[in-house]
Amino acid sequence: MFDLSFLLEDGYLKLFRDGVLTTLRLFAVSGLLAIVVGVLLTTLRALPVKLFKGFVIVVVEYHRNVPVLVQILVWYFGVPQLLPEGARDWINAGNTEFFFATVALALNAGAFISEDLRSGLRAIPHTQQEAAWSIGLTYLQSLRYVILPQGIRVALPALLNQSLLLFKNSSLAMAIGVHELLYRTRQIDNLTFRTFDVFLVATILYLIGTLSLMALSEHFAKRRTAPSGV
Amino acid sequence: MYEILHDYLALFVVGSWPNGPLGGAAITLILSALGLLISFPISVLIGLAQVSPWRWMRRIAGIWTRLVRGVPLLMIIFWAYFAVPLLVGAEVSAFTTAVCAIIVYESAFLLQIVRAGLEGLPRGQMEAARSNGLSWLQSMRYVQLPQALANMLPSIVNQFVSIIKATSLAYVIGVPELTYSAAQVNTITLTKPLQTFLVLAAFYFVLCFAISRFAGWLERRIARQRAGMA
Repeated sequence: MFDLSFLLEDGYLKLFRDGVLTTLRLFAVSGLLAIVVGVLLTTLRALPVKLFKGFVIVVVEYHRNVPVLVQILVWYFGVPQLLPEGARDWINAGNTEFFFATVALALNAGAFISEDLRSGLRAIPHTQQEAAWSIGLTYLQSLRYVILPQGIRVALPALLNQSLLLFKNSSLAMAIGVHELLYRTRQIDNLTFRTFDVFLVATILYLIGTLSLMALSEHFAKRRTAPSGV
Repeated sequence: MYEILHDYLALFVVGSWPNGPLGGAAITLILSALGLLISFPISVLIGLAQVSPWRWMRRIAGIWTRLVRGVPLLMIIFWAYFAVPLLVGAEVSAFTTAVCAIIVYESAFLLQIVRAGLEGLPRGQMEAARSNGLSWLQSMRYVQLPQALANMLPSIVNQFVSIIKATSLAYVIGVPELTYSAAQVNTITLTKPLQTFLVLAAFYFVLCFAISRFAGWLERRIARQRAGMA
């Protein structure tokens, strides 16, 4: 039923490969940044300072209640307006679309990750914290060496679910013209008019990524061991 | 931001030429409401299939869910907008396409809520119903589902938030909902992209934040009622 021979002509395969690579790069870079953002937000929120807590709550609620696409549009169209001339030129000289898509996706995923981490941390008994303090660790040290490593383990399945969402959300970058997989898919469709075949290939490519992430998250959810002492 | 709201409120809320009598916010709400109202019964059907005693049914429902959850919503929208009309041989409006795509995508997530609601009921209920001579379907219909529905309600309201956010993607195929109206405002003003898209984000924020607060309130109320009953 499906005839995929068109893929071999005119470099369409190369366009697909290009799209996959851009999607993977978008996923990897924004994913790594998101972890940093997530840990930072979680730490800020855990600190005993009211102002930080309020700031983190505002950040998380914004990213929760506004569609990711809109967040991307705000960054791509809106934020350059705030930058001084020089910085704008510097960003425009590079890959603007990719840059802002990465920032928007990373902040969005980071906000969600911080929520997952927080509920992971809540699963760690408070006595652990007290024990850490009593052996002379500071607040940040106890967080870094005692609480976070355990909390991350509890939160792992949820974090993998977030990575699945991030992978799918990376497709929204096409709306601002990032040449990721979905963008390339539409492009090849427009060139070949083989809508079914082209979409089928792209869907399978997405499924390879998402189904393996799903399998990984189910694997860790199943063998999730309770943190010591519980 | 004030000028944008003042000058273009019509486009955002009330509607004006060229989008017809309804503004972006109205179309977003209609799209979301249709999405929830139609995808809920569908998700109940798939949810029932997933907890049914028939293995082949569980398997088909499981595969379907995994496939849908594994593909970005934007990809599903493109399938519905570009590929399916070729198969059906009929022109379908962008609005209908968006509703259908959202139903397919969101029912796979609502289903998780239905399943959790059913699985959260005490086991004895089903056994009691069966021993009273009800068939599996009858016990579901008269005993299990009515109880599960009450448990599910807050999660369903919460899922409404994610449906509202999902409708923002309809912008890509030209449905004049909120995001699309903001893009229109942006092409008219051009010099104020940040204000325009922040107004857009604010619209979504107010809408989604209010609904998720309502879900939280509902959850506490149901929990209190249950505690009072016990």
